[in-house]
Amino acid sequence: MKKGRLLANAYLVLVFGFLYVPIAVLIAFSFNESKSRTVFTGFTFKWYQNLFHNDMVLKSLGVSLGVAFAAACIATVVGTLAAIGISSMNKRARGAVMAVSYVPVVNPEIITGVSLMLLFVVFNRQVSAALSWLLQREVDFQGFGLGTLLIAHITFCLPYVIFNVSPKLRQLDPAVYDAALDLGCNPRQAFFKVVLPQLTPAILSAFLISLTYSIDDFIISYFTSGTMQTLPIAIYSMTKKKVSPEINALSAIMFVVILTIILAANAVDSAKERRLRRAARAEEGRR
Amino acid sequence: MKHILKAKKRFLCLLLAGALAACLSPAALAAPDGVEVAPGYDYTRFKDAGITLNVYNWGEYISGGADGSMDVVKEFENLTGIRVNYTTYDTNESLYAKLKSGGGNYDVIIPSDYMIGKMAAEGMLEELDPANIPNAALIGDAYRSKPFDPQNKYSVAYTWGLVCIVYNRTMVDEGDLEQGWGILWDEKYAGQVLMFNNSRDAFAIAGKLLGNSINPGSVQEIEQAAEKLKEQKSVVQSYVMDEVFDKMGGGEAALAPYYVGDGVTMMADNPDLAMFIPAEGTNIYIDAMCIPKGSRNKEAAEMFINFMCETQVALANAEYICYSSPQVEVPALLDEETRENEMMYPGADMLSRCETMEVLPDELNSAMDKAWSDVRSYDAAGNGWVMPLMLVAMLALSGVGYWRKAVRRRRSQF
Repeated sequence: MKKGRLLANAYLVLVFGFLYVPIAVLIAFSFNESKSRTVFTGFTFKWYQNLFHNDMVLKSLGVSLGVAFAAACIATVVGTLAAIGISSMNKRARGAVMAVSYVPVVNPEIITGVSLMLLFVVFNRQVSAALSWLLQREVDFQGFGLGTLLIAHITFCLPYVIFNVSPKLRQLDPAVYDAALDLGCNPRQAFFKVVLPQLTPAILSAFLISLTYSIDDFIISYFTSGTMQTLPIAIYSMTKKKVSPEINALSAIMFVVILTIILAANAVDSAKERRLRRAARAEEGRR
Repeated sequence: MKHILKAKKRFLCLLLAGALAACLSPAALAAPDGVEVAPGYDYTRFKDAGITLNVYNWGEYISGGADGSMDVVKEFENLTGIRVNYTTYDTNESLYAKLKSGGGNYDVIIPSDYMIGKMAAEGMLEELDPANIPNAALIGDAYRSKPFDPQNKYSVAYTWGLVCIVYNRTMVDEGDLEQGWGILWDEKYAGQVLMFNNSRDAFAIAGKLLGNSINPGSVQEIEQAAEKLKEQKSVVQSYVMDEVFDKMGGGEAALAPYYVGDGVTMMADNPDLAMFIPAEGTNIYIDAMCIPKGSRNKEAAEMFINFMCETQVALANAEYICYSSPQVEVPALLDEETRENEMMYPGADMLSRCETMEVLPDELNSAMDKAWSDVRSYDAAGNGWVMPLMLVAMLALSGVGYWRKAVRRRRSQF
């Protein structure tokens, strides 16, 4: 019995070690005096100071966050609508559409990236040709940039939204929606007052997943960003010389921010639960 | 005398900037009166034109304002009123792929020698107008009219350097250095040698060892070099690019060929390290600024190139990047240790033994690509059983899956 407990604990430590030791090392080296990633020579805050003077890194962080936020918002709305549409299809059509939506998820990212790039190149050529013909002079349309990046990110986020919202939709009791209609709602009201509130947790998690995937993405952005640059691309391009410890500093800040948000969300959640439980107990006492 | 005054002024500036860097406000770092530029060039002619230049450079390859150094891009923006969209890449090949696919529209790029030759041959570069880049005259003769751009039509040199061998003095017997490049094949250091993870550099070393040019002249030469590289595999710990900084800095490997400027950076991290250049000679690389075809702001791009050749700017870049500068006024302004370093600024004797990389004809390029992937997948110990084993395992797994499904289906019938 005791031996089993020991093994279980060791396993737990191992799992969390693999998850968190690299992050701990990364944060530790963001305070390293020298640029070395192996020898700790002294404590300093200078990488944090440098980070705030490094326009290129800050700008690419801005692009990453902006694109991620916009793509996640749009993908969530479009994906939720798609999921609702899919749920009202007959079984065969639903199966077909779901299978098609699966393809981008299982497809290697590099193929998605290259094919999107080719699509945009062809599109640019066509638009250039059309404009040249219209204006009767040579026009070179260059559409690569924020727009293509955004389209690409929405594209790969969409399936995740659909697969997050669909199961929740299937769990819904159709009788509740019908009841709302019976009680005098029109379909729009019934959707916003009855269906949407029940979907909210799934939609929120879909949004967060999209946000994460979008910030993480390197390969697809690499092919579709044109002259824009996201944070992963900026970091990757440092590998010829040396990835600067400013990146450690930035990662540390991002980790702390996200950790704080998660802790705060959990605290709010558990406070709410406690309040509910207390209310329930009070109710019972009164009875 | 003038130089000394300048150096003094620079030192004061640095001191001031260093003191200001202590507070975090970004405004605090902007020098009060901007960078000192040569007179007689109108840097302000595009002040209100609302131009944005797309500059595409190697990562960490420009002085960026850290530790009180000059923020070159910002200085250029302040001086000219031109906005710069500064982005970065990791290899010549990815730069080429991006331009070739039409996935980006750039105004200034900084490829290396052989890539410039390739791009020029394919008509991907715009001819520069010398009238707009008077500072190109400050580039030393040794870095002009090279085979990749014989008439200096397309490029203005930005940095250069040699390939050397970085070694750890506590792990390597200095007597062995006489083997030249052969030391990277020495069984004595098996498992302690790092090697370039890029085909051109790796084949250049093998070629030099065989007594050939670093630019192979025939498929046969490539095959010989590939054989040599396969031989080396049992000695090599791993094929690396920037991981070399950590491995050498942390004493995990004894020997690694790399660029001299980066060797200096490694030596600063680990005092046990030293560099040497084999007597057979080595590769001298030149990275130069070019304007790709399709640039919409060619004259502004030329202004940027001219700015990069300003003495103060070139000096700041040379100090930040640690590579040698082709700008003739820079070496005298560098600190003595760097200036006197014969690998950073070698004499004519050494330079005469160095070769630049040239454009290879397509057939040799593809032969080299093929030979390189051959080398990388070659395994002397014969791990040939791994793939079949994996395949069998996968088949077995899917078989188990089907079997379980069948069992479940049979059960659910009852």
